[in-house]
Amino acid sequence: MKLWKSWAVATNDFSIFWKKKYVVYSLVGIPVTLSIGLPLALWLIMQGNPVSVRELEVVLNAFSFLFILLASFLPTILASYSFVGEKLEKNLEPLLATPTTDGELLLGKGLAAFLPSILTTYFGAAVFMGLVDRLAYHTLGTNYFPNWNTTVILLVAVPIACTFSVGVNIIISSLVSDLRAAQQLGILVLLPVGGLYVLAERDFMSLEVTNLIIISALLLVADAFLFYLSKVTFRREEILTKWK
Amino acid sequence: MRTFNYACADLKGTALIETENLTKRFGGITAVEGLTLRVEEGEVFGLLGPNGAGKTTTMRMLSCLISKTSGEARVDGYEIGSADSINIRKIVGVLPESVGLFDDLSAYKNLDFYGRLYECAEEQRRTRIEQFLTMLGLWEKKDIAVGTFSKGMKQKVALARALIHDPKVIFLDEPTANLDPEASKTIRDFILEMKREKRTVFLNTHNLDEAQRVCDRIGIMKTKLLAVGPLEEMKGSLWGRKTVVRLERVTDAIVAAVKRLGTGKVEVRDAELIIDVSDPDRENPTIVDAIVASGGRVRFVDDLSPTLEDVYLRLVRN
Repeated sequence: MKLWKSWAVATNDFSIFWKKKYVVYSLVGIPVTLSIGLPLALWLIMQGNPVSVRELEVVLNAFSFLFILLASFLPTILASYSFVGEKLEKNLEPLLATPTTDGELLLGKGLAAFLPSILTTYFGAAVFMGLVDRLAYHTLGTNYFPNWNTTVILLVAVPIACTFSVGVNIIISSLVSDLRAAQQLGILVLLPVGGLYVLAERDFMSLEVTNLIIISALLLVADAFLFYLSKVTFRREEILTKWK
Repeated sequence: MRTFNYACADLKGTALIETENLTKRFGGITAVEGLTLRVEEGEVFGLLGPNGAGKTTTMRMLSCLISKTSGEARVDGYEIGSADSINIRKIVGVLPESVGLFDDLSAYKNLDFYGRLYECAEEQRRTRIEQFLTMLGLWEKKDIAVGTFSKGMKQKVALARALIHDPKVIFLDEPTANLDPEASKTIRDFILEMKREKRTVFLNTHNLDEAQRVCDRIGIMKTKLLAVGPLEEMKGSLWGRKTVVRLERVTDAIVAAVKRLGTGKVEVRDAELIIDVSDPDRENPTIVDAIVASGGRVRFVDDLSPTLEDVYLRLVRN
């Protein structure tokens, strides 16, 4: 496998994304809204009534978990453009005619959806942590971030969840030929991660380091399965003769 | 159904494309059946056929975009449907029916991206992009998004893309379909330029006039290959030779006199006699003598040559 070819495919997709206003606004707007909106919500809560250290920690852990959801959501926008967009513009045939292997193309497309999603998630998380540390310092007496919990979330769970979302969206994109349908179906990827968040909020489980590692391990197994499934789905002949 | 094959026996050059009983089925539908073909190096070969005849499928098999069901095919000695596929893709350039350019990117960026995937060095990419865009009259527009281009301009960029890596074989699928006459001419001139450069071109087309103008040999297919060869040979073999004699007036005596010569079928159309001949140089003077002797006045004598359209329709409708 020639990795530079995958990189060529990915950088070409970056150039295309950069020209699509909707993609750029989503990629920048959603993380910025989350990273500013959550500290703002926290500030409003703290204005109304005093919050204990324990309560604050629970809220902040829950907020941090939302960045896993963000990393799962952003690839739904990019992967759908990357695959369904090319189906609509019919530029897969010349691409497949080049001396590029299926694996190189798939990796390139995957990177094109993964890298911007992960980078903007990290950017949003950095802004969020900076703002929260300023707001909560008075109550906690120390900077809450960075801590082990968010380290595991950002360095383990977020990349794994993002990869999971890329995999799901590649498969969805192979089944539909409408951009909006691909994005709407792609959002289904949020269900398992969102479900975990709801369980945590309802005190059925806690979002501690051990549980986060278990969740990440399960997603990693799902990633491997999805990688296999997307390789099976991504067949030149099928793409040219059956993808509509 | 008769099959005429002038493809292999007389060709002495280096075969760049060879197929033998190449077949492709999609489920129960046979798209291409038993295709045996040979295309020489430096030849412009045109494949004609109605919609659904299997032309695009053939091109896709030969450029390793889809697999074969059975049979054999080689491109520059590499076997299709084997580990050689990646080597075949390196030496072929493909212009598909849908141009498939990245509309948001400029012509230059489109070509540069494909140049990278075809493993061309940066300097080579820059030189060739400038060369082709200049030849096609698009260099001034190189930084404009191709989404704003006309259909003809997009087709030109796609043609440059097929040539960016200096391929040995170029597959063109309906390169002038739906283009205005001026854009069609530019593309056709470009194909003729490739012909002068002795490139091997495999052209799928509906456009009989285009095939007649640019192709060295023509194949007509409708799932099976119905005929293949140089157009003139194909016309002669399928149509035979006919002499047209226009007279002032056709009488029964004239027709009887010509029939007595025993040259072949004699058909009367208005003031014309259309006579099947095998050797016009020898038979035409005798025919004229017989007509004059029967009191006929000859206005002119000509060869009746079928057009490619006649040949095509006869084969496809048969």
